[in-house]
Amino acid sequence: MKVLVPVKRVVDYNVKVRVKSDGTGVDIANVKMSMNPFDEIAVEEAVRLKEAGIASEVIVVSAGVAGCQETLRTAMAIGADRGILIESDADLQPLAVAKLIKAVADKEQPQVVIFGKQAIDDDSNQTGQMFAALQGWPQATFASKVVIADGKATVTREVDGGLETLEMALPAVVTTDLRLNEPRYATLPNIMKAKKKPLETVKPEDLGVDVAPRLKTLKVAEPAKRQAGVKVADVADLVSKLKNEAKVI
Amino acid sequence: MSQYNAPLRDMHFVMKELAGLEQVVQLPGYEEVDTDLSDAILEEASKFAGNVLSPINFSGDQEGSKWHNKAVTVPAGFKEAYTQFAENGWTALACSPEFGGQGLPKLISTAVNEMWKSANMAFSLCPMLTTGAIEALMTAGSDALKQKFLPKMVSGEWTGTMNLTEPSAGSDLAAVRTRAEPQGDGSYKIFGQKIFITYGDHNMTENIVHLVLARLPNAPEGVKGISLFVVPKFMVKDDGSLGERNDAYCVSIEHKLGIHASPTAVMAFGDHGGAVGYLVGEENRGLEYMFIMMNAARFAVGMEGVALAERAYQQAVWYAKDRIQGTELGVRGGPKVSILKHPDVRRLLMSMRSQTEAARALAYVVAAAMDAAKHHPDEAVRAANQAFADLMIPVVKGHSTEMSIEVASEGVQVHGGMGFIEETGAAQHLRDARITAIYEGTTAIQANDLIGRKMAREGGATIKAVIAEMRKLDAKLAAQNGADFVAIRKRFAAGVDALEQAANWIVAIFKDDIKAAHAGSVPFLRLLGIVAGGWQMARAALVAQEKIAGGDSDPFYAAKIVTARFFADHQLTKAQGLTDSIVDGATGTLALAEELF
Repeated sequence: MKVLVPVKRVVDYNVKVRVKSDGTGVDIANVKMSMNPFDEIAVEEAVRLKEAGIASEVIVVSAGVAGCQETLRTAMAIGADRGILIESDADLQPLAVAKLIKAVADKEQPQVVIFGKQAIDDDSNQTGQMFAALQGWPQATFASKVVIADGKATVTREVDGGLETLEMALPAVVTTDLRLNEPRYATLPNIMKAKKKPLETVKPEDLGVDVAPRLKTLKVAEPAKRQAGVKVADVADLVSKLKNEAKVI
Repeated sequence: MSQYNAPLRDMHFVMKELAGLEQVVQLPGYEEVDTDLSDAILEEASKFAGNVLSPINFSGDQEGSKWHNKAVTVPAGFKEAYTQFAENGWTALACSPEFGGQGLPKLISTAVNEMWKSANMAFSLCPMLTTGAIEALMTAGSDALKQKFLPKMVSGEWTGTMNLTEPSAGSDLAAVRTRAEPQGDGSYKIFGQKIFITYGDHNMTENIVHLVLARLPNAPEGVKGISLFVVPKFMVKDDGSLGERNDAYCVSIEHKLGIHASPTAVMAFGDHGGAVGYLVGEENRGLEYMFIMMNAARFAVGMEGVALAERAYQQAVWYAKDRIQGTELGVRGGPKVSILKHPDVRRLLMSMRSQTEAARALAYVVAAAMDAAKHHPDEAVRAANQAFADLMIPVVKGHSTEMSIEVASEGVQVHGGMGFIEETGAAQHLRDARITAIYEGTTAIQANDLIGRKMAREGGATIKAVIAEMRKLDAKLAAQNGADFVAIRKRFAAGVDALEQAANWIVAIFKDDIKAAHAGSVPFLRLLGIVAGGWQMARAALVAQEKIAGGDSDPFYAAKIVTARFFADHQLTKAQGLTDSIVDGATGTLALAEELF
């Protein structure tokens, strides 16, 4: 059973991004880039499936600039077997990425595709769901536990009310939440091995996918600065302020 | 308290632009390595250092290692961290592939080791000493000894120690009294006491491999009568499994100023009938083997200086940004501001930053020279690099460590009163830094080595070549625009002049007045450290200027030029003063009659 894991190269979670002065986006020149943390959890889960003898091969795929190779190597150092880079300098939106991954999935025929639930740069939380819809596969998002046996995936999801458990027939899509696992640190021998693992590069055109943006960004702005708080005299005062000033109750 | 965040940007810059990583990875023997791999290794090491080792640095210092009933327990979290460290393959980084190592270049292992030392200096000592023991066995051990011990030491399953010092044999190892008696079966029984044995006992691994200097019966007096033995804590059977407990016990640990988590053991060999040991190499050549490894060990301790200075700087910056106190100078009735706005806090932080960056650059350049000295196909190039490394290693050791004490002290100063309080973590770096200028040869020992073996013995050939190399930078500096480069050029030229004057004086006077030469040896070591640091900072500024001219907008480059200028104005200006002390200062140092002390 093959497992496919899409990984995204994003601004490192430690970096405090700045909005560009012209409001067209955030400035990512000269900032540290890393693998999206949710995708790291996805890679870890796939590698654990392989270590448990459930998966036979873990393939990682990334869509984006040439620098994504580094992200794929990181995934291979964690334990993925090979990587596919869909190289493009275009602004890749979730639908385009979902279509690209679909083209790869059609070729590779994985039984499970594990996405990170969202990327920490745009927080779209769409690609996994769109991919599942395009494929017509069942999906279990925000997974905190995944068990695969007898051609089925049993997935525990984190939902507002608590935990929900779903059972899906394979092939299926899983998107990871934070508590699914704690990704390992890559070992030095595996970092060295990752360099020699196969990494194939294709272009969106090769896959027959039109990646032209469907969404237009009108403006990007900093969130409003937080206002100083006020001290309330008593509970009645608090309730009155919440009602009349904040208008939240 | 801040956690360690590896300065990857500066590390990559120094490795690629100043130390020539591209050339290093093309050396024969490094076919498996390229710059992408180097980046990936540094990236993963930085995560491990920041997330696993750094969080147990302060707690390890507070708790300390504990001794009970001839056994040592390391602080909470250390055993788990060590196990993970070894399982992830970090102990094998620079070791020979023959015994399971990765054989990576010194330049890469230097950057990675800097991270371990910054994140948790007390922890890092254990793998560092193991590396030393591995190198000793690699250098001189028989194949049988290598097969028996090396694979498990390289994998980190066992750790190693170096047992040199005795109560009456510190800097002067000729005075070693520990005895080794041949048993007729090829083994020896070792009797004696060793002190200051780093990680001499601990509970992180199932076995510990001690390397012990001892005298054979009828061995000649002095340095030529000392042999090296390997003494395992538990005997190792032929099938590799562990046998009975050897008669090598930790009888106490020291109460120290710093590195509290690192157990500094008093080791008793042979109190219960004799500790079984095996001779490493030939009889009476123990000290010689130790000297072969001396360069690596001294360099490693020099890197502790760089690493602690970096950590102290990060902590001070974190505090300076966070601490609100006073208003900005020149702003009447303005709001309260972070102390980062205050000029003297700026001076302290720039001082810390510029000295750390200069020391890192020099050390990495020396590491690359050590790689070339070992692997370059051309013998003349190998020899030139070896001579450069030999000259600079006492400087990397002596200067970086002394600098780290000053920098860590500046870090405490940034914190004001809170720096004197342990909870902020600033004080630990100062306490931890203090030992680095002492062990593996005090600064004076380094300085003696520098002016004697590395300079006077060869008539100053290498230092003169280095000075000539430094002077070549002048034309490039002169070609740059801007006040920063005017200042850097002027100060650097004056620094090199001062260095040349002092070097010539040392070489000339060494034969006539050896005491006067030695009275100026430590100031000379500091002088060379400062000017060589200024040299690397000037090179860095030139690279930065070129990048900016090429349209690179990375603010790192502008900051590098400012930092190089600060170094020129605040450190290189010390050069002439040091030279004056060296050339004129011996009289005052030596004149006083002993009874007047």
